[in-house]
Amino acid sequence: MTQEQQSSMTPMVAATDVHKWFNQTEVLRGVSLTVGRGEVVVIIGPSGSGKTTFLRCLNHLEKIQQGQITIDGENIGYRVENNGKLKEDSEKNISHVRAQIGMVFQRFNLFPHMTALQNVIEAPIHVLGISKAEAEERARQLLQKVGLAHKADAYPNKLSGGQQQRVAIARALAMQPKLMLFDEATSALDPELVGEVLKVMKQLAEEGMTMVVVTHEMGFARDVADRVVVMDQGQIIEQGQPAALFANPQQERTRTFLGMVRRAE
Amino acid sequence: MPIVSAFIGILAQGTQFQWDIVWKFLFDSSILQGAIITIVLAIISQFTGSVIGLLIYLIRRTPLRPAAEAYIWFFRGTPLLVQLLFLTNIFPLLNLARPLNSSTIFTDLGFQYMPLSFFLGAFLAFAFNEGAYMAEIMRAGIDSIDPGQMEAAKSLGMSYGLAMRRIVLPQAARVIIPPLGNEFNSMLKTTSLAGYFGVLELYGAGFNIGNSLFKPLELAIDLSIWYLLMTTLWGFVQSYLERRFNASTLDGTKGTRFIDRVLGRGTPATESAAEAIMTGGRR
Repeated sequence: MTQEQQSSMTPMVAATDVHKWFNQTEVLRGVSLTVGRGEVVVIIGPSGSGKTTFLRCLNHLEKIQQGQITIDGENIGYRVENNGKLKEDSEKNISHVRAQIGMVFQRFNLFPHMTALQNVIEAPIHVLGISKAEAEERARQLLQKVGLAHKADAYPNKLSGGQQQRVAIARALAMQPKLMLFDEATSALDPELVGEVLKVMKQLAEEGMTMVVVTHEMGFARDVADRVVVMDQGQIIEQGQPAALFANPQQERTRTFLGMVRRAE
Repeated sequence: MPIVSAFIGILAQGTQFQWDIVWKFLFDSSILQGAIITIVLAIISQFTGSVIGLLIYLIRRTPLRPAAEAYIWFFRGTPLLVQLLFLTNIFPLLNLARPLNSSTIFTDLGFQYMPLSFFLGAFLAFAFNEGAYMAEIMRAGIDSIDPGQMEAAKSLGMSYGLAMRRIVLPQAARVIIPPLGNEFNSMLKTTSLAGYFGVLELYGAGFNIGNSLFKPLELAIDLSIWYLLMTTLWGFVQSYLERRFNASTLDGTKGTRFIDRVLGRGTPATESAAEAIMTGGRR
């Protein structure tokens, strides 16, 4: 596959030996993960395993104390100094890399004082500097794509959770990101609304978007992921193709976790 | 001082309270000028105080935090009257009194002459003092916004400043405006202290007339009428602002009705915000 050939040159995400402490607690204990172009990686694991924290490190919403993360070859968050120490990068540089990474949050985080359309055009106009007319045209296409063209002028409080999350996805896509991060994007939704969001995510994956997805939706992992990564206690304990991993997990902890999830389902 | 002069005034005039004096001076030109000076002084002081409050909020996030804390400590820990005393008298020390006081800005605008250093000193005292209180209001307002808003903005590549300006502050305004309105109501009245320091604002103008005629009570009625007029008009403006900033919001809470505003009754939202802000007593 051509995509894989490209990724052999510069991976979209390259995290190397990432360590993070919250005060005295080490929440990430040497996480290394490479994500190729167009690859969909789903991270699963018990709560408190550090999967959300790790995802948030990928666009520097969380600081790390050791290790290195590059997005499409660019360091995010830090410059590595000559003595090997990490030094936090300038806000300008961090924002520049972040602008290329879309993120979708568990609690949507739409801007409540703006309509759906205004939410989507906000960053393209004020960060990328494109004209309002152009931003609106593109925003309407994106709202159409997520099935919400008719809600362009609605404020978030008039939208259901599923609709809000789809606007949030459109908002992230409006920046034409190279990479999309999904942080438990369906966890705050009523069960009957989960499907509409997963459908949009699946469509994105099929279009070749590079995605890192933290989720509890095992069905999504099975159907859409190129690779499933299992985290526990701040480390990656196992990873592989979904079919193989779900059918025949190698680690005892993975088996325990999958067993618990299956019982819950 | 005013009580003493009121007492002397009553002695001097015998026992009569003269309503015709009240009406005669209600629209006296120096009272009208004083009212205008009061409004101008209150607006520029409140505006500057609000800007200072926001700056203090921002400085608190930097390594200069102790400086911000010291500022608040000082201006909340000393009486406004002392701050006025200091700042209206600081200019001679800086060799600025003479150039300032030779300014004819007030007479050029058709007002009575007053030393600009007095006006400037009073303005600075009100603005600095207000800044310390506005810092708390800004903090309560901004911190009431879900941190997820800032994260979402940053994840879209916005800088802290842009996210603050476009995303956080417009939402915080909804929380900040009710207490800010109360601050301005307070400011309209607090500026009367400047009358003691040679500023011919409403109180100073009224006091001078009442004192020279030995009619302090009559002039006190005039002053009350003017201050009530100003605070009442502001009540209308405030109700309008609160409704406007609620127009496109989250929970559809209505602004405070005018009658409730005048009687000091807030909406539940206003009161909880005000409550959050009223930590450590007010002047």
